[in-house]
Amino acid sequence: MAVTETFYDVIRRQGISRRSFVKFCNLTAASLGLGPLAATQMAEALETKPRTPVIWMHGLECTCCSESFIRSAHPLAKDIILSMLSLDYDDTIMAAAGHQAEAILVETKEKYKGQYILAVEGNPPLNEDGMFCIDGGKPFVEKLKWMAEDASAIIAWGACASWGCVQAAKPNPTQATPIDKVIRNKPIIKVPGCPPIAEVMTGVVTYITTFGRLPELDRQGRPKMFYSQRIHDKCYRRPHFDAGQFVESWDDDNARKGYCLYKMGCKGPTTYNACSTIRWNNGVSFPIQSGHGCIGCSEDGFWDQGSFYDRLTSINQFGVELNADRVGMTAAGVVGAAVAVHAAASVVKRLTTKTDA
Amino acid sequence: MGIETPNGFKLDNSGKRVVVDPVTRIEGHLRVEVNVDDNNVIRNAVSTGTMWRGIEVILRGRDPRDAWAFTERICGVCTGTHALTSVRAVENAIDIKIPENANTIRNIMQLTLQVHDHIVHFYHLHALDWVDVVSALSADPKATSALAQSISDWPLSSPGYFRDLQGRLKKFVESGQLGPFKNGYWGHPAYKLPPEANLMAVAHYLEALDFQKEIVKIHTIYGGKNPHPNWLVGGVPCAINIDGTGAVGAVNMERLNYVSEIIDQMITFTEQVYLPDVQAIGSFYKDWLYGGGLSGKSVMSYGDIPEHANDYSASSLKMPHGVILNGNLKEVFPIDHRDPAEIQEFVTHSWYKYPDETKGLHPWDGITEPHYALGPKAKGTRTNIEALDEEAKYSWIKSPRWKGNAVEVGPLARYIIGYALGKPEFKDPADKLLQDLGVPLTALFSTLGRTAARALECQWAVRQLRYFQDKLVANLKAGDMATANTDKWSPDKWPAEAKGVGFTEAPRGALAHWIKVKNGRIDNYQCVVPTTWNGSPRDPNGNIGAFEAALMDTPLADPEKPLEILRTLHSFDPCLACSTHVMSPDGQDMATVTVR
Repeated sequence: MAVTETFYDVIRRQGISRRSFVKFCNLTAASLGLGPLAATQMAEALETKPRTPVIWMHGLECTCCSESFIRSAHPLAKDIILSMLSLDYDDTIMAAAGHQAEAILVETKEKYKGQYILAVEGNPPLNEDGMFCIDGGKPFVEKLKWMAEDASAIIAWGACASWGCVQAAKPNPTQATPIDKVIRNKPIIKVPGCPPIAEVMTGVVTYITTFGRLPELDRQGRPKMFYSQRIHDKCYRRPHFDAGQFVESWDDDNARKGYCLYKMGCKGPTTYNACSTIRWNNGVSFPIQSGHGCIGCSEDGFWDQGSFYDRLTSINQFGVELNADRVGMTAAGVVGAAVAVHAAASVVKRLTTKTDA
Repeated sequence: MGIETPNGFKLDNSGKRVVVDPVTRIEGHLRVEVNVDDNNVIRNAVSTGTMWRGIEVILRGRDPRDAWAFTERICGVCTGTHALTSVRAVENAIDIKIPENANTIRNIMQLTLQVHDHIVHFYHLHALDWVDVVSALSADPKATSALAQSISDWPLSSPGYFRDLQGRLKKFVESGQLGPFKNGYWGHPAYKLPPEANLMAVAHYLEALDFQKEIVKIHTIYGGKNPHPNWLVGGVPCAINIDGTGAVGAVNMERLNYVSEIIDQMITFTEQVYLPDVQAIGSFYKDWLYGGGLSGKSVMSYGDIPEHANDYSASSLKMPHGVILNGNLKEVFPIDHRDPAEIQEFVTHSWYKYPDETKGLHPWDGITEPHYALGPKAKGTRTNIEALDEEAKYSWIKSPRWKGNAVEVGPLARYIIGYALGKPEFKDPADKLLQDLGVPLTALFSTLGRTAARALECQWAVRQLRYFQDKLVANLKAGDMATANTDKWSPDKWPAEAKGVGFTEAPRGALAHWIKVKNGRIDNYQCVVPTTWNGSPRDPNGNIGAFEAALMDTPLADPEKPLEILRTLHSFDPCLACSTHVMSPDGQDMATVTVR
């Protein structure tokens, strides 16, 4: 009979001492505002609990989320898969296929009822009785709901599972539907982006397995730790925006100097994501740094907000410093006008300063 | 009951039906059904694309300059190749000329994708068809080290290294939580590697998983992120500023060095790990030469990697261009994407309707009206399929044909065409590999040949990367910093109506997009992609596609554990999200289901 490895076994195997382990539990408990008793309970739980099983299902999607996940630099995808959780089902990398793969789902549902995490990449189409996405001869939506029944929590990977993404762009011919519209009775954490940043994905997963709960979410269901600020807020080109220095045309002198891409249609001012801070592929760059505006890929319905090269304008509302929660109440486009005003104000300010000087 | 297809395969569906659904370790959703005879040899094969997204109707009426971003989301595995195909299609329609630097950077992006895709495909999607992970537990680390050092200079090869890895693997297996290795066909008689080769391959599986994330940083530098880097109609979005004011906000000396360093690492990994592994693994399987299918008959490659900007003629393309029919390597036919009689798509056996289904349609005139229905001989129900009826409609993939011929596309097709054209950069490495393994040229027409061609192509690609990165630097040294042509950026300067075609060689094979532009907006958009060619169902004449052909006549050691089916399907590197995305305006009128 195989012995089930616990989180404690794993960290001991990786050379972490018992003393460090207890310290970790104490610190964690303290940071959660819990007392010493909780630390003991946590230590006990981590010592005896097997690695959390994860079932990773694919609906209508392009697999960019899986591809992003394996790009994670800290932690490495290898270490997550081997040590931090138990990725028992993932169509894209699993060895098993056909009925041997299906058997894993049945087993997980029974053996880990209420304990496994369901990670969903892509979404179910509802038209044509769901048969625009067939899995095991049946509509994907059935399999999704069936596996959701006994999951402890559900992760909606990327724009597809969170909002619908490209196949749900107008006119959404397959009626591709975000998963929270078909699963109503489970906690769902949305990790949007097309795809999400690798370290955001692994950060979310390891947070859940380490702390045993979902991270703090905003009203749209996104983890605040990664999605509470706009790309514009932390963009390294922001000083050029404030100074009224803009790229006017592709590959012009201003582009070569790294000026602000707002006039080229950059959606950074209305996009909540961590691209300008964590950046991409272990911090190498992010879209704006490489000369193209943000296309807003972590926002709901970003495909239907006009061209990616249209300047954010047109709506008459001030209040640039709205937070994610308040923006979540309205359409993403609402901030656009405010930004236009904001940009104009910045230029005015610069001119004023010049005059004064 | 046996029938012979026009393209030379004897089909007999009277034997036991074996179903594999889902086919895993691919992109997207695929189902395969085969009939085996009393000796468990495959006598009929049915390949079904089981997903459909409708990207093209979504594109109608949108800004053509945005199309790259939509089509890029067709696939996140071959990320970027659809975007490149799309910007080429728009530039072809509007007659936009891109600068030399843009052409070079696009080539670097595309070659980076080829290398990344081939390495991830081999190690993470395909290797487990040849490598028994559990067998690696009984390997002798010393003998593994000796084996590794006998085939390569790769430094991670000491007995201690393999001992540590084996220990880690052992604890993982003993935990009882096998994760992605759960329920694999471990111990299957079709696995032929000794434990030491298995352990070495598992080590490289993990090393490749770490390394692949480095490769894509080239996309991050020139395109801002990966997956799904950014592109631009008219050039590339990354401006170049080597040493001037504000250079830190552009492609500068540090960025060029970064790319160069990654290319060096790619060359080393490909030549010291990937190629030796494929050759070593191949040497144990060289008696298993099934899976040739169409490769010995009809293959096609559009060609790609233009040496000169805006020149997509065969002489400018560094990847070979042409079609070979009926195994005649002496004649390579040219392809005209604009000729309505050459590339056509059929839907006789696909879940779509045409006014006249005996005829095919050229992509510029393509229509796609979905029509999901099972044939009278299907088993199960509409939403619980037990067995499909291949005499009726049975797939979300259409059947593209070149002048009526089913063809195979992909790395093997490219190598066969390069070989037939006598191009030494393709012929010589292929000959050397065949010679080293002691097998004849015909051995190339197999599952293993497909896997080997992909590895050879990866080596070709890493060398081309070095060439193009050096070419970029030389051009900058000569004073040319241009990366984009904005003369026709504004749709105001476009003709009222235009049509164009763009093509590339995706890692999986020939890819093209056809676009019609009207008043600055997309009027029609059609993609015909590699897995549509390879995974296509039968056409009206009964010709079977490359997946189905390759499965034919393969013996299964154990039909309950059809490892051989996975092995051959995976050798194509199937991408189902790519193959099944087409859609017509009629889709807008389909019945909708109310969301609860």
